[in-house]
Amino acid sequence: MNSVDSARPTLPDGEQDPPIISENPTRPGHPVRAKRSTRSARKNRDWVHGLAMSAPAVVGLIVFVGVPFGYAVVLSFYNVRLGSPLAPSFFGLEQYRRLFTDPDLSGPFLRALLNNLTFAGVVVPLQTALALALAILLNRKLKAIGLFRSFFFMPVVFPMALVAVIWRLILARSDQGMLNSALDLVSFGNWGAFSWLGDATTAMASIIVLSVWQGVGFQMVILLAGLQQIPNELYEAARLDRATRWQQFRHVTLPGIRGTLVFVAMLTSVLSFRVFDQVYILVRGGGLDEDATRTVMYQAVTTAFDQNNIGQASAITVVFFLIVVALTLVQRRVVRPGNED
Amino acid sequence: MATPRTQLRRLMDYAVLSVLAFVFTLPVTYLFLGSLKPSDEVLNGLSGFLPTHLSFDNYFAVLDALNSESTGYFWRFMGVSLLLAFVVVTGGLFVNSMAAYGLSRLKWRGREAVMTLILLLMLIPFESVAVPLFYMFNDQRNTLLIQALPFIANAFSVYQFHTFFRSIPPSIEEAARLDGAGPWRTFFAIVVPMSKPAFASVAILTFLIQWGSFLWPVLMVSDPSVRPLPLEMSVFQGQEPLDWGQTLAFGVLLVLPVLAVFAFFQRWFVQGVANSAIKG
Repeated sequence: MNSVDSARPTLPDGEQDPPIISENPTRPGHPVRAKRSTRSARKNRDWVHGLAMSAPAVVGLIVFVGVPFGYAVVLSFYNVRLGSPLAPSFFGLEQYRRLFTDPDLSGPFLRALLNNLTFAGVVVPLQTALALALAILLNRKLKAIGLFRSFFFMPVVFPMALVAVIWRLILARSDQGMLNSALDLVSFGNWGAFSWLGDATTAMASIIVLSVWQGVGFQMVILLAGLQQIPNELYEAARLDRATRWQQFRHVTLPGIRGTLVFVAMLTSVLSFRVFDQVYILVRGGGLDEDATRTVMYQAVTTAFDQNNIGQASAITVVFFLIVVALTLVQRRVVRPGNED
Repeated sequence: MATPRTQLRRLMDYAVLSVLAFVFTLPVTYLFLGSLKPSDEVLNGLSGFLPTHLSFDNYFAVLDALNSESTGYFWRFMGVSLLLAFVVVTGGLFVNSMAAYGLSRLKWRGREAVMTLILLLMLIPFESVAVPLFYMFNDQRNTLLIQALPFIANAFSVYQFHTFFRSIPPSIEEAARLDGAGPWRTFFAIVVPMSKPAFASVAILTFLIQWGSFLWPVLMVSDPSVRPLPLEMSVFQGQEPLDWGQTLAFGVLLVLPVLAVFAFFQRWFVQGVANSAIKG
């Protein structure tokens, strides 16, 4: 709005002249005024164009994200079942009470929550550290380095439905499974066949391994870009000071990519709460131990889809969202620039 | 420069990288090799890696097995996936870039509020609206439209375009607009051609996510005639008797389109991911 005022060559100080501002800008006048009026008319129409341009996306986001999100909160206060002849009844906080304290219903949900926390607790540090190691390893000026980067990035483009199936084969419980035969070979036959997916103690570890394999390239690429932002002079200076490789890593590399590292850890932790595909596929078709690997989203989908219990599934969804938002906020707060060291 | 010591170092680097890359890509090797081997040789200990009895029989067998009304047709699953990806990517590019332009370059009251709303909506992962959406659109199950529609408008894409457009110097557009071009023409004739990197990286990221999309089809699709490939993959591998050779051949067919895109547009993709991350 100030740009219109400052465009007037004859009025150096618009602030002290309020009547001019309230003047109708579209009124025809002498040439200077006419020019000004088309300018402001264009400015005025900008809101029409701006609104029209953003409308499709905004409407789409409201219909498919905003409204359903609000609806999830509403549904979580009701007893709603799909295909039930009974009308939805108001339930208050009953769904949440059931999720957390009902002896019959809370078991699977709390287990899912615990599983998800375990998954995130292992995957976030493991995957971030691995991605960082790979990024440092691949941040060299070598011939064909791009090819090596592609190798590590490749699984990222694999649909999870496929990754789950490949690993189902690798972790197959028969003594002919890839991992079992490899272990058999290195242990000279002392290591019997093991049911990696079916055993409750290794089921989650299996899911973690295949998830990290699929996702680590994504974090690696982000960290690689972060590493490349660090000026080379810093390393040269460090080398002049006879800094060891570890000292260079500790005092040049780490501070240089701290922001990226935080971003990656945050992204990974949010992603790790969204785990669903691999668990669903391997439970349904791969003999994966369900109780040891059910996640919050798995619980939401089975509650909504298999039990038709929309109200409860919505409550799970709301809890899921609160966790994701809390993670985002906590991490933004804890690891803020200046808080380190 | 290339002293024996640095040369040795370089050799070591290559050795370490090669071993790591080899181990890391073993599952991929296994996928491609196994898809070419007779089924009884796939799940057969470490000899699953031996390139013996290679043929494309599994591929033909998959196309043969999925070739009836009751099982669905393989090419139809592929077609559904391609169509959904096409609609979501092109529709998304159009709608989201336009919104980002209207919100970053046109000055109007309330645009900050709208942008804030979009950034807030970006916090909501699809997972947390899947259940209510499933309930809201339950009578639309097994349609193509409901599989594509929720993913066209995308807050993250708007955000990516928004960051990109703000980095373009405004002088070029100003010139166009002084010449009498309206905001629409300025956008389509000047800004869009200048923003190819942003369009490419958003397109590739959207394609990648859409191609692997699984949660929404699980909830919304039971009819084989509108079933996308990843969902069919999970159905296929869950059927008895399981044929490993065919399952892996199916897997290769599922991943080939996205591998092709990755191979051709790798640079754009990696750049796009990295840029959005650094700025975010």
